[in-house]
Amino acid sequence: MPDTFELEVTTPERLLIRNQVNEAQIPAANGYLGIGPEHAPLLAELGIGELSYRVGNIRKSLVVAGGFVEVMTDHVRVLADSAEKASEIDVERARAALRRAEERLGSNATVAVDVARALNAAKRAKARLEAAAHR
Amino acid sequence: MPSLIDIRRRIRSVRNTEQITKAMKMVSAAKLRRAQDRVISARPYAASLRKLLQDVAGAVVGGAEDTPKHPLLSRRAEQRIQLVLLTGDRGLAGAFNSNLIKASQSFLAERETLQVELLLLGRKGRDFWRRRTVPITDEYPGIFNKVLYEDAGQIAARLAERFANDEIDAVYLLYNEFKSVIAQNLTLLKILPVEIPERENPIDYIYEQPPEELLKALLPRYVHIAVYQAMLESSAAEHAARMTAMDAASSNAAEVIENLTLYMNRVRQASITREIIEIVSGAAALE
Repeated sequence: MPDTFELEVTTPERLLIRNQVNEAQIPAANGYLGIGPEHAPLLAELGIGELSYRVGNIRKSLVVAGGFVEVMTDHVRVLADSAEKASEIDVERARAALRRAEERLGSNATVAVDVARALNAAKRAKARLEAAAHR
Repeated sequence: MPSLIDIRRRIRSVRNTEQITKAMKMVSAAKLRRAQDRVISARPYAASLRKLLQDVAGAVVGGAEDTPKHPLLSRRAEQRIQLVLLTGDRGLAGAFNSNLIKASQSFLAERETLQVELLLLGRKGRDFWRRRTVPITDEYPGIFNKVLYEDAGQIAARLAERFANDEIDAVYLLYNEFKSVIAQNLTLLKILPVEIPERENPIDYIYEQPPEELLKALLPRYVHIAVYQAMLESSAAEHAARMTAMDAASSNAAEVIENLTLYMNRVRQASITREIIEIVSGAAALE
């Protein structure tokens, strides 16, 4: 049994990674998926959060938000609406975004759309900060 | 016969034009490279999404002709058509814009009995169609200053909404596809209703969400990426067309300068010869 599989993360704007990895943690819409080589074929919606993968003993992470995950026995494709590498994250901006989102939530917004958007923004900002802390 | 000074002025003016066209060519070349990179980097996502869509659509049960699996898949008789025309924002790109406009005119002529509405991306198409009687849904002049995924999303969402609300029966994109630096391919692409090619041997996935839900999330993104890719292609093709046109203009200018220089030398030589003849014949008359 092979001990690696191909992990590919793409967004509409670019290809982030295409690498042989040993194991990956992917934030699906219904919770994290831990994926190793020879996983059964699976399709899921992608949530918002930190996607991490391991090559040998090195663990790296990305932040992804929205999209799809396709798991096959020999490869995993992540189609994200947006994604960035942990090393690219601007911590200051993420903090500011989190503050803004929390303010908006605190100011007892009444419009449902606004609440949903602020919640999403907060979730994204948190995921980015978490990923940045792990780098 | 024009005087020497006139010819010199003419040469100087052509040389100025040549400098401008040369500069424009360089700018277009740089922009083209960037646009090409973006076209290429959007491809893996689009290809994967298409594959995924085939798999998921195959897994959704049911869906005969009369009950489509999703509103964006419903096929109706084409009575009301939305044509999305992607032109450039600027001219001086050879036949780039006029080819598109001509193609859109013949598209309309072929569908004279149907209702066609225009959605215009890019300033040149807007300028042309605004003075005519064809209904215009909306216009986005200046959108090609910077091709953004978000802009494409707005447009795609609008098209999808109108289609789902049964306001239109089909959506076509008309744009120039980037083929090579010297060739553009005029492309007419039907993006709605979404047509999903059959898949040979579908893979039996475990579905985290029901396939219906995934399909609902996939289809709008599919329309989105189709619009985005068309915008990228068009923008790359425009820069390529401008580069080629400016290259031709520069070499024309060089040729004109060469001819004028030759002519100027001949005029100068003629006047020298004339003076010599005058002196010689003057001297001969004295003898």
